[in-house]
Amino acid sequence: MAKVKGDIIIDIEKCKGCELCIEACSQGSLERSRQVNNKGYLYIVKVQDNCTGCTNCALVCPEGGITVYRKTVDGKKQIAKIDNVNQDMNIEVNE
Amino acid sequence: MNEKALIDDEHFEHTLRSEHTEIISPENIVYEKPGTLLDVDMHYCPGCGHGVVHRLLAEVIDEMEIQSEVIGVAPVGCSVLAYNYLNIDMSEAAHGRASAAATGIKRVLPEKYVFSYQGDGDLAAIGTGETIHTCNRGENILIIFINNGIYGMTGGQMAPTTLEGMKSTTSPFGRNVSTMGAPLKITELVAQLPGTQYVTRQSVHKPGNVRKAKKAIQKGFELQKQGGGTCFVEIVSNCPSNWKMTPIESNHWLEDNMLPFYPLGDIKTPNGRK
Ligand SMILES: Cc1ncc(C[n+]2csc(CCOP(=O)(O)OP(=O)(O)O)c2C)c(N)n1
Ligand code: SF4
Ligand code: SF4
Ligand code: SF4
Ligand SMILES: [Mg+2]
Repeated sequence: MAKVKGDIIIDIEKCKGCELCIEACSQGSLERSRQVNNKGYLYIVKVQDNCTGCTNCALVCPEGGITVYRKTVDGKKQIAKIDNVNQDMNIEVNE
Repeated sequence: MNEKALIDDEHFEHTLRSEHTEIISPENIVYEKPGTLLDVDMHYCPGCGHGVVHRLLAEVIDEMEIQSEVIGVAPVGCSVLAYNYLNIDMSEAAHGRASAAATGIKRVLPEKYVFSYQGDGDLAAIGTGETIHTCNRGENILIIFINNGIYGMTGGQMAPTTLEGMKSTTSPFGRNVSTMGAPLKITELVAQLPGTQYVTRQSVHKPGNVRKAKKAIQKGFELQKQGGGTCFVEIVSNCPSNWKMTPIESNHWLEDNMLPFYPLGDIKTPNGRK
């Protein structure tokens, strides 16, 4: 089965620390930083390398501050293309 | 401050030496901020649904490649500055009059995609007349209605949409239906009018709902091209500041309290009532 690896970049200066992305991430990849950004908010950081690139965090971010990357690492089988509009996610992760 | 939510040193180090940085490369992007959403800070409170809906609008406009063909009308309310965030032609309207202003724009420039973006105080209180008559005339515009059950901008006064028992600065003991009236389901109301072709209620409090809301906005623009009447997309949204909750709490409260009264889904579609 295809192994999917994801990663994200959070625009920490846009982040307002609302934590909606933390709640949306079923992987528990995200946490609040110990530092504040220039606006004074405790921004969000990725604390684990288990991101699947599911885009859930980016979808709920009111600041449009998250860019999501995804790659099929060692699989032969291609994963279903994710349609942000029509379908729910169909990602299979094999650790 | 919730100490538990703060990460420890070990985790922070871990973040810095992520093993999978090779994934971060342009060809692997599966989600990024749409270009039509300007790269500026929005003034909204942390966790406010207005920001999500702005982004969805920008995504739909980018994907339909209609950036130069769209004209929006901003309301009075927290989203009064929407034109500062969307890189499209926009106008501001007097409080409640956005659908009337959008009517004028669409009639003069019928080939454009025209939408109004309005809060519940704007659309369902001071602008009730404009809303109903725009829908009754069947103007070929898209109305995006952000229902957070409160006057957000002015400090949390009761709106027509405020739930029974819900506290606001002007209903400090909770909305009393016998003296203040029942919450107004204006979306169901406009669905009764022959002028509307597509009436739906969505939300943006969870990833799956965000996807559905985007689809509804897209449908609203697509149907406008074909004519056939007003499209009306309600988004049940939050107002963490005036609900006096954290953003996460507000989304849970929305799900537990707003959605039972304002159920999600299509109310009217061009192929018949649903
Ligand atoms: C003619 C007029 N009356 C009253 C106001 C004050 N006012 C500004 S915004 C607002 C209500 C906004 O509430 P809503 O439309 O729900 O938007 P939200 O801020 O909740 O997104 C009111 C009453 C005004 N600006 N103009
Ligand atoms: S893309 Fe998905 S798995 Fe990765 S951080 Fe965001 S929500 Fe979590
Ligand atoms: S959802 Fe966006 S603004 Fe909110 S905490 Fe996450 S990155 Fe920051
Ligand atoms: S007052 Fe409410 S509606 Fe206005 S920006 Fe803040 S959270 Fe959003
Ligand atoms: Mg409101």
